[in-house]
Amino acid sequence: MEIYLDNSATTRCFTEVGALVSKIMCEDYGNPSSLHLKGVEAERYIREAKEILAKILKVQEKEILFTSGGTESDNLALIGCARANKRRGNHLITTAVEHAAVLNTMKYLEEEEGFEVTYLPVDQTGRICLEDLKEALRPETILVSIMYVNNEMGAVQPVEEAAKIIKEYDSSILLHVDAVQGFGKYHIYPKRQGIDLMSVSGHKLHGPKGTGFLYINEKVKIKPILFGGGQQRDLRSGTENVPGDAGLALAAKMTYHHLDEKIASMRELKAYFIKGLLKLDGVVIHGKTDEESAPHIISAGFSGVRSEVLLHTLEEKQIYVSAGSACSSNHPAVSGTLKEIGTAPEYLKSTVRFSMSEFTTKEEIDYTLETLYNCIPVLRKFTRH
Amino acid sequence: MKFHSFLIKYGEIGLKGKNRYLFEDALVRQIRYALKDVDGEFDVHKASGRVYVDCDSNYDYEETVESLQRVFGIVGICPVVRVEDEGFDKLCENVVAYMKEMYPEGNKTFKVEARRSKKNYPLNSMELNCELGGVILDALPNMKVDVHHPEIKLNVEVREEIYLYSEIIPGPGGMPVGTNGTAELLLSGGIDSPVAGYMIAKRGVTLHATYFHAPPYTSERAKQKVVDLAKIVSKYTGPIQLHIVNFTDIQLYIYEKCPHEELTIIMRRYMMKIAEHFAKENGCLGLITGESIGQVASQTMQSLAATNAVCTLPVYRPLIGLDKREIVEISEKIGTYETSILPFEDCCTIFVAKHPVTKPNLERIELSERNLEEKIDELMKTAIETAEVVKVK
Repeated sequence: MEIYLDNSATTRCFTEVGALVSKIMCEDYGNPSSLHLKGVEAERYIREAKEILAKILKVQEKEILFTSGGTESDNLALIGCARANKRRGNHLITTAVEHAAVLNTMKYLEEEEGFEVTYLPVDQTGRICLEDLKEALRPETILVSIMYVNNEMGAVQPVEEAAKIIKEYDSSILLHVDAVQGFGKYHIYPKRQGIDLMSVSGHKLHGPKGTGFLYINEKVKIKPILFGGGQQRDLRSGTENVPGDAGLALAAKMTYHHLDEKIASMRELKAYFIKGLLKLDGVVIHGKTDEESAPHIISAGFSGVRSEVLLHTLEEKQIYVSAGSACSSNHPAVSGTLKEIGTAPEYLKSTVRFSMSEFTTKEEIDYTLETLYNCIPVLRKFTRH
Repeated sequence: MKFHSFLIKYGEIGLKGKNRYLFEDALVRQIRYALKDVDGEFDVHKASGRVYVDCDSNYDYEETVESLQRVFGIVGICPVVRVEDEGFDKLCENVVAYMKEMYPEGNKTFKVEARRSKKNYPLNSMELNCELGGVILDALPNMKVDVHHPEIKLNVEVREEIYLYSEIIPGPGGMPVGTNGTAELLLSGGIDSPVAGYMIAKRGVTLHATYFHAPPYTSERAKQKVVDLAKIVSKYTGPIQLHIVNFTDIQLYIYEKCPHEELTIIMRRYMMKIAEHFAKENGCLGLITGESIGQVASQTMQSLAATNAVCTLPVYRPLIGLDKREIVEISEKIGTYETSILPFEDCCTIFVAKHPVTKPNLERIELSERNLEEKIDELMKTAIETAEVVKVK
């Protein structure tokens, strides 16, 4: 039995999505910019994909811009808006627990393009404090970027309340939301929630890798960061990834089908899993465990057990999890978010992230718990002194 | 300039008397292996005491030279232009064309060195030297002849065809792999052991290797890293048979039963024993390690002696007198450094005690090992039997 509990890193593609992608690659392979029938056919896929996504978000189709994924969406949103609006000010605000795609882009804007960035701290639960946001706002502030769901521990940020505060202060300040972990888990309606730009990645919701989109409110002033043939209204040159974009849209459509039921059962499983984990001694669950945390992410610290060792132990039983955040295998370092929330040192290097999907079953959780009950005491016996 | 052949110069193997053909055959074999994946068709052959690589069709010059530069036993690689024998006048034209293209600035000192294996050629070697020298001087008036220390030595070899060459690209030296037996390399994911393997292979030794991994304490990526390292080394040595041994149970057992400060030494003794087992099983004549005196606690003279005591085969330690910096230099040169420094934990570092013994006493170590008597033989047997064998090439 293969138990995949690393769905915040990536997900298995829906079979239907795989079939659609393959069909478009091999049969309907036209270039949407071509004038002939093949091109028209391909363009139709793109249009349909935009329709699906626009409907889910209740926005206009022209406000959907396809990209290569979360990282590109974040880069375009931040760099594109900062440059286009720099006459209004040079101050940006974000949180200390953003994904590297936001943090490192902010760092770039700070170091290379003369912007000033405020990083909002988070409390023990991983959430920002709205008072801090209020205080950070300045007349020169042009853009705020806040993630919807934290990838490392599942904390949900008070995005809607933040939007209100920002817009009350100055309605022209833009709000970007990195919803890579939130889209597909929550009903998000950017226009009603005051979100001006929103990044989404396809492979986190059973779509293909290398796909994603950026929602851009039509009123937002933004400049391209890629130049070329002028596709997608001159904002994102490069031939559209037709199979990927269509696959992403289908995956989103399937994810949002009966979403509430799926989320309810995910929450139930999560509560059950946490209860089971806490039967072990020396276990902490980071952040909140109720409705204010994402339904699919559990960040658990096991004192006296190094996270990689636990990860590889579970791997031997074909249970796949992450140590801290999966993106960090290139730079093995202590998790940023966990440090920010003030996690005790004994848990910093001992935390594992379990992330579920709609395919996760109770049997899988039981098997995982059983495995943990067996291996944790053994691993604790052999630790470095 | 389009070169049609490479003349391979070899040093030491020329001295090997009646065994010479064995060395030359090995050299030819290793050259063929090195050129296996290079674009182009190559004919590697021996002719009158020389090794030639002929490449008449299109081929990738850079890639060819790079690959030849990895073949031990090659001292120099001379790119050759081959022209047909169409009379002396035509030869003069060819020689001038060659010199003009190779040395367009035309202001060097040179000397012509002609040889004939085709003895019925109308001019003898001395005459060829003089005549061709004159022709070159006429065509390139800024060139000068210097018979003692020329900058350019133009070789003209008259055979069925005529071979022109003047450049020598240095090779790695050493002896062709396969001419000096086989040895078992203890390969870790570090900087040293791949270099050690390289150095011994350079003397003509075929490599086998053993790697110890300790899942779940070391990851699949750490293992992949070692396979990648073996692959880089195999570009020089030819295929390497790699034994991957699961060492976890032995390591945990030692951890449980022996003093922690002796853990590394005892662990290494068992690693040597297992490596020696594979060595003997495969007819290897020695073990190779990347140890260097005093580099870490387990490489002091005392530690080396304690580790060495379990082996009956000779243990070769080519890095023994090198500093880390010197080892790093070689690893950068042979291309293993970047892979070696990838940050995956290997099984030597995982249970390291805070203060490991640096001057282990053999008797004490042996005494500690008595605590292992109950299960160690069985664990060793399992480790050996379950080892995975990968042919790396």
